[in-house]
This record gives sequence, C-alpha cells and structure tokens, in this order.
Amino acid sequence: MREPTPWDRVFDLVISATGDTVYMVGIATLLAALGGIPLGIVLHMTSPTGLSPRRITHRVLGAVVDVGRSLPFVVLLVVLSAFTRALVQTTIGPTAVIVPLTVGAVPFVARLVESALREVNVAVVEAAITTGASRLRLVRSVLLREAGPALVAAIGVTAVTLIGYSAMAGVIGGGGLGDLAIRHGYQRNDERILLASVLVLGGLAWLTQLTSDFIARTIDRRRSALRV
Amino acid sequence: MITVENLTKSFPGKGEHVLALDGVSLSVPAGTVCGVVGPSGAGKSTLARCVALLERPDRGSIRVEGVDLVALRGRELRDARRRIGVVPQGDSLLRQRTAAGNVALPLESAGVAAPARRARVAELLDLVGLTNKAGSYPDQLSGGQRQRVAVARALAASPSVLLADEPTSALDPETTGSVLAVLDRVRSELGVTVLVVTHDMAVVRRICDDVAVLEGGRVVEHGKVLDLLTQPGSRITASLLPEVDQAGTTPREIGQYDVVAEVVLVGFAAVGALLPEAAHRHDVELAILGGGLTRLGETPVARFKIGINGERSERALSWLAERDAVIRRAPRDIGGLAA
Repeated sequence: MREPTPWDRVFDLVISATGDTVYMVGIATLLAALGGIPLGIVLHMTSPTGLSPRRITHRVLGAVVDVGRSLPFVVLLVVLSAFTRALVQTTIGPTAVIVPLTVGAVPFVARLVESALREVNVAVVEAAITTGASRLRLVRSVLLREAGPALVAAIGVTAVTLIGYSAMAGVIGGGGLGDLAIRHGYQRNDERILLASVLVLGGLAWLTQLTSDFIARTIDRRRSALRV
Repeated sequence: MITVENLTKSFPGKGEHVLALDGVSLSVPAGTVCGVVGPSGAGKSTLARCVALLERPDRGSIRVEGVDLVALRGRELRDARRRIGVVPQGDSLLRQRTAAGNVALPLESAGVAAPARRARVAELLDLVGLTNKAGSYPDQLSGGQRQRVAVARALAASPSVLLADEPTSALDPETTGSVLAVLDRVRSELGVTVLVVTHDMAVVRRICDDVAVLEGGRVVEHGKVLDLLTQPGSRITASLLPEVDQAGTTPREIGQYDVVAEVVLVGFAAVGALLPEAAHRHDVELAILGGGLTRLGETPVARFKIGINGERSERALSWLAERDAVIRRAPRDIGGLAA
C-alpha cells in the first residue's frame, strides 16, 4: 500500500492542471466563436428564409458543418494529429489540444448561432428592412443584437462542452484536469487526486455556466421591467 | 401622393398559382388617409407588403410622388424604402433597443449624424406623445405605446407616404383610439399621405377620407367614405352605419304607422334638425322608432327608423330625400320583430 499523496501536493497539481484547462478551453472557445459565429451567420443568411437565400451554398455548408459535428472528439484528436503537428509543432500538451478542440467546436457554435438568429422575430427584421437598412446593418444592429442573449448562451454552452472535451484529451496526454484525473487519479489509483480534479472540473463547468447566464441576463432588455 | 397601378402578384400554391392581387389600382391624393378593407384572404396583406417594398409584384407600378419604386434594386431600393414609412403588422420593435433607439433606426440607415439624430428622435417622440418613454424598452411599454413608437419610427426619415398594416389589430378599443389619434395627427400636422390596411371599420370611421374595398385580389369599390355611405348598393355602407337600436318598440306600435322607413342622415344640421322640420312642414306625425349615431371623422352620421302618420307622409319622405337623406323603405317587420 502506497502512501497517499499529501494534500498540499494534490493542491499544487490541481492548481497547475486547472490553469492548463482554463487556458485550453478559454482559447478554444474564443477561436470557436471567431470561426463559428461568422459561419452561423452565413448559414442563416443563405437559408431559404434568410436575407440572401442561396440554396446550394446553404446545403453544402450545412453538410460540412453536420459532418464536422458528428465526428466524436476522440476521433478528431487522432485524425487531426498531423494537422496539429504542422500547426503547433507538437501533438501533446495543452496547446496541441486547442487545435482539435477548436475544430470540433466551430461547427457546434455555427449551428447554435444559426438557430439563435432564426429565433429573431421575422416581423422585427422586416420592419428594419423597411427602414432602408443595408444587409450589414441588418446583421449587426438587428440580428446579432436581438439574438445577443441567445448568442452569449450559445458561447456558454460551448465553453462547458469544451471543458468536457478537454478532459477527454487526457487520454492522449493533453494536460489539464482530465489528464490529471486519468493519469494520476485513475491509472495510479490515487483517490485524492481523482476526487479533487473531478470536483474542480465540475466546479469549473458550473461557474462557466453561471457566468454565461449572468451575462446573457444582463444584456437582455426583454421583460426588464421585472428586474430592478 | 401614392399611386398603385395594375398591381398583380401571385404565389406558387398547390398546383395552380394563387393570384393574391389581380390588377389592383389605387390612388391616394396627397395629405389624405385611405383605408383598404376587405375580408381575410382578399389580398390586403399582400398589397401592404408590396407597397412596403417587401414583396415584388409580378406586374404593375407603385409610384410615390410620380416615381415608380417597383423596379428598383440594391442601394436605390434601400433609399426608396425611406420614402414610404411603414408601420408593420404586429409587434415590430427591436426588443433590445429603447423606444428612442427604435425610432433612430431609419436615421442610422440614412447615415444621419448622431446629434441631428437625437434631435429628430426627440421631435418624433413628442409627436406621438411618448417623450417620457424615450429610455423605455418595448417590453416596458403597453401595446398602444409600442404601436405609437412604430409610427414614430416609420416617420423618422420624413417619408411623404405612411403605410400602416393593421395598426390596431392587437389593441383594445381605447388604445386603438390613441393610435388612430396619432395617425390623424400625422396627416393633419405633417401632411403625410396615409394608406391604412385594416379589417377594423372603426379605423375607417375615425380617420379615413377614402376607402377601397378589396375582394378576391381586386378593388371592388373605391371612393370617399361619405360618398359611399349614401351610395345605393355600396358594400360597406352597412358596416359603416351605426346599428339601429329599437329597443322598446313593439311590432304593434310599428304597425300603426302609414309609412315606416329607415333614414340615414349625414352632418350636424341634418342629424339635428331635419326630422322635426319634415314633420312640421308637412303636418305629419313623425316618430322615431329606433336609431343609432356614429361619427365619420368629424361628421356625425345618424340612422333612424321612423314611422310617419298623416296624409302627406309620402311627401315628407321625398322632402327628406331631396335634402340628401338616404331613405330605405323598410318592410314593417324589419329587425325580425314580427318573426
């Protein structure tokens, strides 16, 4: 029977792994938003009910996005390793994991953004059209602003999902809390580390969701009479 | 002024194309209010959407101050849209923007600088009586207030024509009044030409100078409201006239009279004095058996059911007709009282 890892050592390991997870998920979420939001806008615009209906473009983009979404993240990790190596010169560690995380999240964000934009009331958009607004203005001042809270929620959901995915990266030595839980906690049967990393992982997801909910609520002007 | 000519629009349906508008022509003189009424499915919404330049007609023209807007595209189309202010059907305000922000939207599209924009927005909110609600979001406003903001927004870019599509459909009668008062002000104070599409005859009674009846995609009647009121065979007369309330009059009482007729009187003088004068001049007994009163704009309109006794009953009736009263000889059991 091995001595259990002392708590201050557990603490150090978890803190460092948390930093890695936050770094991976933070950057990946940002990049996924940067890629997914424009893609979602294009998906919505080109849809039959959108502002610039283009059937073929819509179908092709939709198919690419859906195939991208259907690939399991573990598969993506492996499949993308050559691409990852070319991009960041390594396939292990947090920075390397950002690549498949981002690639996996972009189509996810795109679909969420598309559905958020679709929820914007058609009458409101048409009213804006009658004011002589250009397409750019319609997207910026009407669609994105009206769907603002839903978009924030979409990014929040993405971040929480990516926290889960990043844990999976532990399987290939990606670093972060998942890696810690699998290699130290599970494989070396260290219960303290397993427990601590799982708790922090859960707490991180919860905190992320809470923050995104708060921001979405803060920017939402609907029913604001109910708030003080 | 706005002129719609030979507007035709069909939609692909099951098998056959559905003809929503079938050669609609309509002219609204500058500074007047024209109502478009008709049953559901008559093409009202399609007409409104075409005039709002949201739908491109198959054929025909829509001219504002003589310029045809139908064929325009791109930037020209966007600029043209600001020449027609649109109050769309239903809730159309940006819910994430304040009342002032909503009114500012057309000015932003037109590239008006911020200071000028603010001044114009304040002016418009004042016009619709919502200065103190400038910072409120749509969800903090009542239905009537939201609709007035929509009117202010439609007017922001100073269009010469305003199109209102069912502006009162979601409102109770009292709030309807406040919205109609604003539309009336738009015409009288700004001289804007107003086209209002509605199923609500109260709108026609309150603010319309002209009215067009749409049926099956065609204009089946078009003219001044007051003219149509007295025109025999008009389809909308009945819905413009007040109900005849003849509570308390029994069939036996009605049976006592030599002549029973329904009389429509238009204008203050007629409503107030014509019937007593007829009785006096022709020395007949004239009794009012029932009646109702309404207003078309500022003009009072009365509809009476009268009974006349005396030798010169017929003479009294034709004397009324000569003075522009509309006489309809009623069967004695009108209103189903004898049934």
